[in-house]
Amino acid sequence: MQVNDNKDFQPLIVAFCCNWCSYAGADLSGTNRLNYPTNVKIIRVPCSCRVNPMFILRAFQRGADGVILCGCHPGDCHYTSGNYFTRRRMTLLFSMLDFLGIERDRTRVEWVSAAEGAKFAATMNEFTEAVRKLGPNRRLEDLRCRKQ
Amino acid sequence: MLKVSKSKLNELFDAIAAKQTLYLPVDRNDGASEYKKYESGMTMSKALNTVRSAKDFFFPQTENLVDFKMEGKNIEVIDVRKESEDFVIFGVRACDARSFTILDKVFLSDPVDSFYKNRRDHGTVVTMACTRPAETCFCKTFGIDPTVPEGDCACFDDGENIFFLAHNDKGQKFVDSISSLLEEGDARKLADVQEQARAVMERLPLAKLSTENFGGDKLNEYFNSDKWAGLSESCLGCGTCTFVCPTCQCYDIKDFNTGKGIKRYRCWDSCMYSDFTKMAHGNPRLTQLERFRQRFMHKLVYFPANNNGEFGCVGCGRCLSKCPISMNIVKVMKALEDK
Amino acid sequence: MQKAMIERAKQLLDDGTVKRVIGWKRGEFAYDITPAVFETADELDKDFVFDDFTAANVSKYLVKESSKEGKVLAFLKPCDTYSLNQLTKEHRVDRGNIYVIGIPGGPKLDIEKIKAKGITGITGIRNENYTLKIETIYGEETMPFYEAVLDKCASCKSKKHVTYDELMGEEGDILESNRFDMVEKLENMTSQERYDFWRSELSKCIRCNACRNVCPACTCENCVFDNPKSGIDNKAPADSFEENMFHIIRAFHVAGRCTDCGECSRVCPQHIPLHLLNRKFIKDINSFYGEYQAGADTTSKAPLNEYTTDDCEASIVHERGVE
Repeated sequence: MQVNDNKDFQPLIVAFCCNWCSYAGADLSGTNRLNYPTNVKIIRVPCSCRVNPMFILRAFQRGADGVILCGCHPGDCHYTSGNYFTRRRMTLLFSMLDFLGIERDRTRVEWVSAAEGAKFAATMNEFTEAVRKLGPNRRLEDLRCRKQ
Repeated sequence: MLKVSKSKLNELFDAIAAKQTLYLPVDRNDGASEYKKYESGMTMSKALNTVRSAKDFFFPQTENLVDFKMEGKNIEVIDVRKESEDFVIFGVRACDARSFTILDKVFLSDPVDSFYKNRRDHGTVVTMACTRPAETCFCKTFGIDPTVPEGDCACFDDGENIFFLAHNDKGQKFVDSISSLLEEGDARKLADVQEQARAVMERLPLAKLSTENFGGDKLNEYFNSDKWAGLSESCLGCGTCTFVCPTCQCYDIKDFNTGKGIKRYRCWDSCMYSDFTKMAHGNPRLTQLERFRQRFMHKLVYFPANNNGEFGCVGCGRCLSKCPISMNIVKVMKALEDK
Repeated sequence: MQKAMIERAKQLLDDGTVKRVIGWKRGEFAYDITPAVFETADELDKDFVFDDFTAANVSKYLVKESSKEGKVLAFLKPCDTYSLNQLTKEHRVDRGNIYVIGIPGGPKLDIEKIKAKGITGITGIRNENYTLKIETIYGEETMPFYEAVLDKCASCKSKKHVTYDELMGEEGDILESNRFDMVEKLENMTSQERYDFWRSELSKCIRCNACRNVCPACTCENCVFDNPKSGIDNKAPADSFEENMFHIIRAFHVAGRCTDCGECSRVCPQHIPLHLLNRKFIKDINSFYGEYQAGADTTSKAPLNEYTTDDCEASIVHERGVE
């Protein structure tokens, strides 16, 4: 496994956040002035189960070094059962990516509620560091989309 | 004829590769062979033919045509064409060698395709005569002699030596570039080997297949034949036949948004696909039957009609072995002929 | 068995129970069998064949055939019946319009394995007591039967027909197969080794789409890869990303619905072991969500359409296998 202590490398992290819980949680960490890295680009979705495996792959294709999915805690989904499907879907997808040799630490699912501003910031910090250690995404990258 | 001993083949390849990029058929670990860029130590495959044909070198599966960059309302057009490097393709069989003649008719006729021409000018085709044809071979049907292949320079294997025969200036230039490794040889054993191979060709199951019932004049008769329904029934429309075929040449042009600009590229397309020739109103070839018919009518009727009787097939037999449901041009020819 | 099948098919055609028969048609050589529809007794007598090379899964053709007027007779091997059940469950076929006769399964032979031995110029193949006698233009060759068996047949999971209207031959059993062995082997490699393995395999892909088109689970009328609006309608693999993407997405789309019939790997012209991707999903589903065999029945819900409140978290991926 690559261990990259290069502090200059700024990974690009894409975070899919569900509108009702995790996006609100992100908002809360902002109003509480809790810092999390600017590397994280948030994409708001109505529910975490809106995220199609194609989105995750496309994020990697367009230059993301890590992708994280945030949603409501299981049992608390705004749409009742969306995040249960997310959990199954993403478990299988991440297992498949691991099977193909894509580093495990590049993907994650985290349940963050609207009141967990601190948890959101802490998760983003931790995830960014984990991806920074891995270095740039070379295994699932599209050379045509690489920054010149 | 000039020759080199087979034991010195690696030296020969090293010498060629020192001056230009060399590609030759190499065995893969799953049993098939494919063209690979030569690196010292590689051995040439003994397989009859590669899975992908040699057309890849002149007409690659994907090729960037032009790039665009947008700044507000300004579009910058970037020409990405590069002069190709000189290269040699070694070990091309007679069928694939003939396919270049067919592709030239399409790409080098007016207006000339500059991408294809660039590669064709820089590529030297060194062919290898066949000694053990397979049951799926029927190049003879299209007037190809596997024991004397075309190409820029032909090679012949008599078991111990490889003989070289240049067919044109480019081929002669190639032979001259390696002449220090070649010596005069006795071609008598070679003549025997060629006779044997020709005798085998006569005994192949498809030896009697002939093109006499095909050509431009059969257009209406075959187009309206009721045999197409049965033939196209199990066709999956997958496109494998078109991708392994050395003469299929249809392509699509697509734009890809990289996020930082647009890359316009061309890629192989297949007339078997449901979106081939799809236009604003839909696809004029509504079902698989029309698409299936199109492919074979093109090879057996339309192409010869437009190209002085030259057929769009070289009898390599790849569609016979690679089609997932074993449909192929031979079955089509036999069904159409059979009244 | 071939004779008995032809006779029974002729009977059913004769008495009007069925209007057409799906089976396999003889080709030019001993091994190039084409699936075909037969409508008359003459066609059956002339071309119908059932032998060691009739490995093709004909259940996908039933999507089209069962929507035509009149019943269609389908001869299905045990693995094919799973595909039919899955298609029935998804309402892709009109089961009432199909008359299924269950026939014995394989093992069927792989001509590529015979040719990989350097045997060429093949004019005939005979099975004599599990030794293959192959007639070629260059002389006779022999080979043990078991060395030429298709990979999918070597790891057969079931000889039991899960749906039929009539059975020819005996009722078979579900088998203990070794089908997850290679998957496990890969899981125990390091991440870099796995990456290298899949790069070397998937770089051969020519995007011919044979795997997608032959798969009974892929019956979408407008596939996402043919739809310019999906953003992933690449026709050719322009680079390594696109090679990976097609296979990941396709395996994902059939996850939980794949019956492991093995056709995808059999038809791949470049011999890419695609079944490993699908089996990985099946193995994961079995271990995370309980043993599930797609096509074993027509009522259970596919694992990706279901959930339980105490499913495992996605972080379980970090705790399994080797990094």
